[in-house]
Amino acid sequence: MNSKVLARNLNFYYGKAQALKDINLEMNENHITALIGPSGCGKSTFLRTLNRMNDIIPGVRVEGEVILDDKNIYDKCVDVVDLRKRVGMVFQQPNPFPKSIYDNVAFGPKMLGMKRQVNMDELVEKTLRQAALWDEVKDELKRSALTLSGGQQQRLCIARVLAVQPEVILMDEPCSALDPVATLKIEDLMQELKKNYTIVIVTHNMQQAARVSDCTGFFLLGELIEYGKTSEIFSRPRDRRTEDYITGRFG
Amino acid sequence: MLRDRIVSPRVTQRAALVYIWAAGAITVLILLTIIVYVLVNGIPEIGWSFLTTPPQGGLDEAGGISTIIVSTIYLVALTMGILIIPGIGAGIYLAEYAPNNRLTRIIRYGIEILAGIPSIIFGMFGFALLVTALHLNFSILSGALTLVCLLLPTMIRTTEEAIKAVPRGHREGSLALGATKWQTIRHVVLPAALPGIVTAVILCIGRALEETACLYVTIGNYTGMPTSIMDPGRTLSLHIYYLVMDTNAFSKAMATGAVLIVTIIVINAVTNWLSYRFQVKMRGRLS
Repeated sequence: MNSKVLARNLNFYYGKAQALKDINLEMNENHITALIGPSGCGKSTFLRTLNRMNDIIPGVRVEGEVILDDKNIYDKCVDVVDLRKRVGMVFQQPNPFPKSIYDNVAFGPKMLGMKRQVNMDELVEKTLRQAALWDEVKDELKRSALTLSGGQQQRLCIARVLAVQPEVILMDEPCSALDPVATLKIEDLMQELKKNYTIVIVTHNMQQAARVSDCTGFFLLGELIEYGKTSEIFSRPRDRRTEDYITGRFG
Repeated sequence: MLRDRIVSPRVTQRAALVYIWAAGAITVLILLTIIVYVLVNGIPEIGWSFLTTPPQGGLDEAGGISTIIVSTIYLVALTMGILIIPGIGAGIYLAEYAPNNRLTRIIRYGIEILAGIPSIIFGMFGFALLVTALHLNFSILSGALTLVCLLLPTMIRTTEEAIKAVPRGHREGSLALGATKWQTIRHVVLPAALPGIVTAVILCIGRALEETACLYVTIGNYTGMPTSIMDPGRTLSLHIYYLVMDTNAFSKAMATGAVLIVTIIVINAVTNWLSYRFQVKMRGRLS
């Protein structure tokens, strides 16, 4: 089992408020790692440190390391643009651009200058197939992405990420705005994707974490309380607080 | 207890509705009255010869407005040509790049104050600096530069608001794909903000057409055909002013007013249509 992303002694501050306390967490290649915990526990903040999306918020500070393969992504020499190409992200609210379906998928490759190296039509088809959306949209690629349903929009956002051929995909509560049927589709898709990608997902839904993930980390008040195999976390939690949370006693 | 209220919610609801409807109706009525009055009185005067002959001067003003139209086109085109690039650029800067600190707040406050200053003050400034000190004389260029100063605040603030209204999710989605900040602005934010920016441009064209006070003292008063931007001129609005004040040709003033109103309506329609076409092209079909 190879470690793909590794957080080491990670501290994170919004101004003076500390949002993450000394996080050590190893995310394995071709695994799905789920991060659970009550609102405001720091799990989304942690996720966003993995592709440095927090950089765009003024007044934040990071201490410690996040190792991707064998390089610290907070090293001075790391190019954020290059990092984000390797570590893609799917957001809580589906956020397709107000462009056509085709242009949404082609956006990343175009911005990264991949236009010359790839056949764009083929890439768009391939990634839409990977995202299990192709059959639903193949005849109307020129239609606005905004006309799709919420679940379709989220799969389009996943296709958009896949099009830049990342190694890691971060998902920030990707199903919280979706109905159960659309949620199931995304979960099936994740199982398919983990063969080729490393996935880290933040979720509020504990059944979802239990269903889809290989490993689970439980966050509380900015600390990583417990981390281990999903089957063990949900059947034999070691920490009392984890047990209280997963049995629904709080959160 | 609900029952104890003197006026029931249903009655206040109805009263509010009546008030809002009345307010709307009165506003529209006033607007329509002015437009219809000008058009009804003005349009009969408008003919081919009115549009193609220059003014002849004199108390009865028997001529047309051909040179006035040309002056106006020169002025508005020059103004917008100079205005748009720095206006939109400063709007982008304030919305996307300016740090949230005291200096930025002072700049923004300053822009708001500038937007509220009477245009004759800008005219005075233009007269002192451009016409006199820089020896640009009374010219279309002096008028255009004065208008640019007058309109920049509106252009900047409206652009800034349009850009800020673009949802954060669009920006994050683009950045998360590895696009640079500028690529994000250029390919995601600006296309999404375009309708708002177009509104800013239309607003500014409208104000450039309507402005009289600050042009009175910068563009001069010349009814001949301008051949360069260094020539003085006279715009449609100024022409109306002169016709009303200095001649007996009130009907000609009405006709000029009608031309002005129609021009503004046409510019609005064309720009909106262009913006709509661009939007459709960018975002794809909705059905």
